[in-house]
Amino acid sequence: MKRGFLLWCAALATYAFLYLPLAVVVLFSFNDSELNAAWVGFTTHWYSRLLADEVLLQAAGNSLLIALVSSSIATVLGTMAGIAMHRWRLRLLPFLVLTPVAMPEILLGVSLLLFFRQVLDLTLGLFSILVAHITFSIGFVAIIVRARLAGMDESIFEAARDLGASPWRTFTRITLPLILPGIVAGYLMAFTLSIDDFVITFFVAGVGMSTLPLQIYSMIKVAVTPEINAISTLLMGLTLTLIGLASRFAPELWRSKS
Amino acid sequence: MALLELRNITKRFGRLEAVKEVSLAIEAGEFFTLLGPSGCGKTTILRMIAGFDAPDEGELFLDGKPLSGIAPEKRPVHTVFQSYALFPHLTVAGNIAFPLEMIGRPADEILQRVRETLELVHLEDKGSAFPHELSGGQKQRVALARGLVNKPRVLLLDEPLGALDAKLRERMQGELVALQREVGVTFVFVTHAQQEALALSHRIAVMNAGRVEQLDVPEVLYSSPKNRFVADFIGNINVLNCLVAESSPHGLRLNVEGLGEIAAPAHPEIAAGTHGVLALRPEYLRVGPATVQASLKNRFLGTVSEYLFLGDETVYKILLDNGTVLEALVANAAPGRARFHDIGERVQVEWRHDAGVFLLA
Ligand SMILES: Nc1ncnc2c1ncn2[C@@H]1O[C@H](COP(=O)(O)OP(=O)(O)OP(=O)(O)O)[C@@H](O)[C@H]1O
Ligand SMILES: [Mg+2]
Repeated sequence: MKRGFLLWCAALATYAFLYLPLAVVVLFSFNDSELNAAWVGFTTHWYSRLLADEVLLQAAGNSLLIALVSSSIATVLGTMAGIAMHRWRLRLLPFLVLTPVAMPEILLGVSLLLFFRQVLDLTLGLFSILVAHITFSIGFVAIIVRARLAGMDESIFEAARDLGASPWRTFTRITLPLILPGIVAGYLMAFTLSIDDFVITFFVAGVGMSTLPLQIYSMIKVAVTPEINAISTLLMGLTLTLIGLASRFAPELWRSKS
Repeated sequence: MALLELRNITKRFGRLEAVKEVSLAIEAGEFFTLLGPSGCGKTTILRMIAGFDAPDEGELFLDGKPLSGIAPEKRPVHTVFQSYALFPHLTVAGNIAFPLEMIGRPADEILQRVRETLELVHLEDKGSAFPHELSGGQKQRVALARGLVNKPRVLLLDEPLGALDAKLRERMQGELVALQREVGVTFVFVTHAQQEALALSHRIAVMNAGRVEQLDVPEVLYSSPKNRFVADFIGNINVLNCLVAESSPHGLRLNVEGLGEIAAPAHPEIAAGTHGVLALRPEYLRVGPATVQASLKNRFLGTVSEYLFLGDETVYKILLDNGTVLEALVANAAPGRARFHDIGERVQVEWRHDAGVFLLA
């Protein structure tokens, strides 16, 4: 009884620590005051200010475009990698695919920057951001797709061949429908990662190209305005929605193994 | 000509020879069974017939034409997997329609054939159910229906009843035999349950460690096992160590140490002086009070050491005076009496001179 109580307290404290700052941001995004100090009154004024901010809208547009394109490409490549990792159980492949997932972002950012500039002599911008985002998203998609495949009875695919389906039709009629929830979840994850990413984007964006996280950062350097609270709240809402959707499609990834 | 022929098939996994020089000829319309203990290579043989694995040596023939190089989807051979392998995202009807769709049958024909096949396996009302909504026995039937719907030349069944409970298993055995008779498709059935094999099959190949030990119809397999392995694997059997004293066309005279002489059926290849065992089925033995006059030639005295009441029958374990334990199976045909002898009771065991087989040790 006593131990249960303490455990509950610890859990509550942890969650408070995690979520109170977020709650404060959301709360103050509706605060009718220029200062993040005291609650004055309710307003949606900051949200309408956002809509008038050309620079911010431009950055948001960039972010959406990058997220859409990079997550689409990463989903295709990640799905193929996930299937390959499951099918052939090669030793090196998981290592290659999953390293970007575990690698510190700053390291990945720096190395991509060096690669783009020194090796490829690329002009940094939309394209380099896209490539960078695809690079770190593939691993996540691959993990999810492979997890989905690992939970499946292998003989299903042999049964399809046995019953007259060519390898390609086995893929389209059996494999693809069965891993589709994993693919969708992987896509949503990749999208979330891309739209939120700051560190890697910061390194490979170059001058003149801005994304939402980069823009928020440059605004913060001046002052934490209620406008930032508002845009952060929107971003948070989008992220939570996407993660929620992803967990609906691939619940096995969020459930602890029994 | 045999429908399906395996000629000198050998299959290796690394250094392990999973299948060793197996030759089989399976006739059209036959219910053929591969029987053997776990790991003896049964599944490996099925996988080679289905086309998932290729033999390292030897060749398979269907209708006299070699099968090598033909992809699994091109072989008129279907498999019922032990795990059923139903497609979880398709309904029962969708599962059964799958092989028909793969060969591009028109939609109305598919509908018709699926309906007929559902009827065949008594699942008329389950067409729109998903696999996870079915019981084990129903899944089993869907897997059968799916395998049979486009009339393959051969249906391979890999321990299809293994996952079912005893009662259901018995019922499905009956259905399987009826189904096979009705559709006339050649079945190659794999099991490690000898009773199941005896009950269902036209012919059985008993396998051990990658080899076929004996291929025969169930009756012959049961009454005349060719070697110790087959004798031990099929049914229960008593073995008496003995030495051949005389071999003639009328029968064998065997010497059992500490017991005396036994008369056994003739065995043309066995000469006097050979050591071996006499293998005797428990149901060949007759048990009676030690005081009763002997009526058969082979008669020995012993003591009841244990008995097992099985309902319809009772198994008595009888310790002979030379230390050998024999099992005797006695039918409990008399109503109200299931126990004829008590533990510790002196009894006689007797059997006919033409019962049992002599096997080399
Ligand atoms: N893909 C494989 N790689 C390596 N060894 C294998 C492979 N498949 C089967 N074996 C081995 O070959 C032998 C025969 O296997 P097989 O699956 O044919 O046995 P089985 O008779 O079907 O047994 P069970 O009744 O347990 O299913 C076993 O020793 C098994 O470990
Ligand atoms: Mg097997």
